[in-house]
Amino acid sequence: MKPSTLILLKTLTWLACLWPMGLLVYGAITNTLGPDPTAKIELTTGYNTLLLLILSLAITPVRRVIPKLGWLIQFRRLLGLFAFFYGTVHLLAYVALYAGFDIRTMIDDIAKRRFITIGVAAWLLLLPLALTSTTWAIRKLGGKNWNRLHRLVYLAAVCGIIHYWWQVKTGVLSPLRLTIVLAMLLLARPVLAWWKQRRPRPAAA
Amino acid sequence: MLIKKPVDIPSSEITPRSGYEWYMDRRRFLRTALSGAAAAGGAALGADRLAEIANPRTSAHADTRLQTVKSSLSTTGETLTSLEDVTHYNNFYEFGVQKDLPAKNAGVLPTRPWTIKVDGKVKNPKTFDIDALLKLRPLEERVYRHRCVEAWSMVIPWVGYSLSEFIKQCDPLPSAKYVQFLSYFDRKVEKWSDESTIDWPYSEGLRMDEAMHPLTLLTFGLYGDVLPNQNGAPIRIAIPWKYGFKSAKSVVAVRFLDKQPSTTWNEMAPNEYGFYSNVNPNVDHPRWSQKTERRIGLPFYAQRRTTLMFNGYADQVASLYTGVDLKRNF
Repeated sequence: MKPSTLILLKTLTWLACLWPMGLLVYGAITNTLGPDPTAKIELTTGYNTLLLLILSLAITPVRRVIPKLGWLIQFRRLLGLFAFFYGTVHLLAYVALYAGFDIRTMIDDIAKRRFITIGVAAWLLLLPLALTSTTWAIRKLGGKNWNRLHRLVYLAAVCGIIHYWWQVKTGVLSPLRLTIVLAMLLLARPVLAWWKQRRPRPAAA
Repeated sequence: MLIKKPVDIPSSEITPRSGYEWYMDRRRFLRTALSGAAAAGGAALGADRLAEIANPRTSAHADTRLQTVKSSLSTTGETLTSLEDVTHYNNFYEFGVQKDLPAKNAGVLPTRPWTIKVDGKVKNPKTFDIDALLKLRPLEERVYRHRCVEAWSMVIPWVGYSLSEFIKQCDPLPSAKYVQFLSYFDRKVEKWSDESTIDWPYSEGLRMDEAMHPLTLLTFGLYGDVLPNQNGAPIRIAIPWKYGFKSAKSVVAVRFLDKQPSTTWNEMAPNEYGFYSNVNPNVDHPRWSQKTERRIGLPFYAQRRTTLMFNGYADQVASLYTGVDLKRNF
């Protein structure tokens, strides 16, 4: 791929990832986030965290099925970090707007509300991944260890989706679509690996 | 731009006695202004949206205004939630699970003819026509706080009269200890009912003394007009000291029972939604705290506030629950 094409695609990806945040900031300033702006902020940032995480998880299965799209790997870190970005804004919005910066409220919530417990867990799982996302870290850890550590992203995604299910009212099915996509992506890896083994000749990387 | 003639501006408008009166005058102004704008093809300017705000009816009734009197049971000292927010942020799952959907979808709810069937532990089963019920007692304007179990709240100027007046007409037997409310349900009309796993029709209930309490409101309107469909037209209940899901919408049947009735959310998740569901900052929902709430319509940094015991109606209703363990009977 030409360097200029890559730069263009990366720029567009940056803009697409920042777009929901931009809308949110604009809406917050102009108070046009609807009747319940706090809930809107929390839902939007949470949803985009899951969405970006799922998109980043889609890259490897897509590369395996369509080898020509191998260059997508250059976008995985970008999407993953933006997922962490939205997850962090989501967490900070909880601290400021739901807990009112009250430590006791937060301890109470984390201990008693299981959806908050697992939500905080999901963010804590993403933290080391964000911190070791740099090329320097990959070199320092070595490829094998880095890959082992970053397998935590599967657990983080699962914790995130459970967090969503445990948050909605009983009987509400809003998280269903993301759940189905995530399940397919998680299953895709072992299925594709098994498929690769069955073929008489090795598949292209 | 329509200039108001002096005769259109009562002196009371100069210093509105309440936000509601200011609102009603403004709505009248909007309506008059809009008829001019509409004539000038104002749809392009968004006049249709303005018209919807001025008159959010989704059914076409020529005169939807209700004559109301003031009530001593109306709550004071609160800022009203805007009509726009009250009518566009609704939990009415028969019309879709997202809060903006009932306003879009509830137009199909048929609000006339409408009757309420009364049976169970009564002297004689009866059927009341809504137009007769509208004339039963003078309609009062009752401003009530409305607290959803999801921890958001509003302040709504309902229109109606105490349910106790209606119950007197039902002639319940002494054996009647509970009242059950059943809401309209038609799967063909409410096509979105399968978006959740609720077992329809929507059922709610109260103890007799709760139903007979003067605050419990048989509700016909809000903001001086008949109920918009998405708010539970044409007739609903409003119980201000309980979580909002107890206030059944679009009621078609009232049943008097000697046993506690089965209620929809309690059936869905008995450990989360109790029969009483009194607003109580000390009794958390299993999955979230009830100590604070978000007031709808305010900027994001100003929404959070402390939840009041019995939603601020403790003086009027606490006596219903003396000696009751509110943690167990939640």
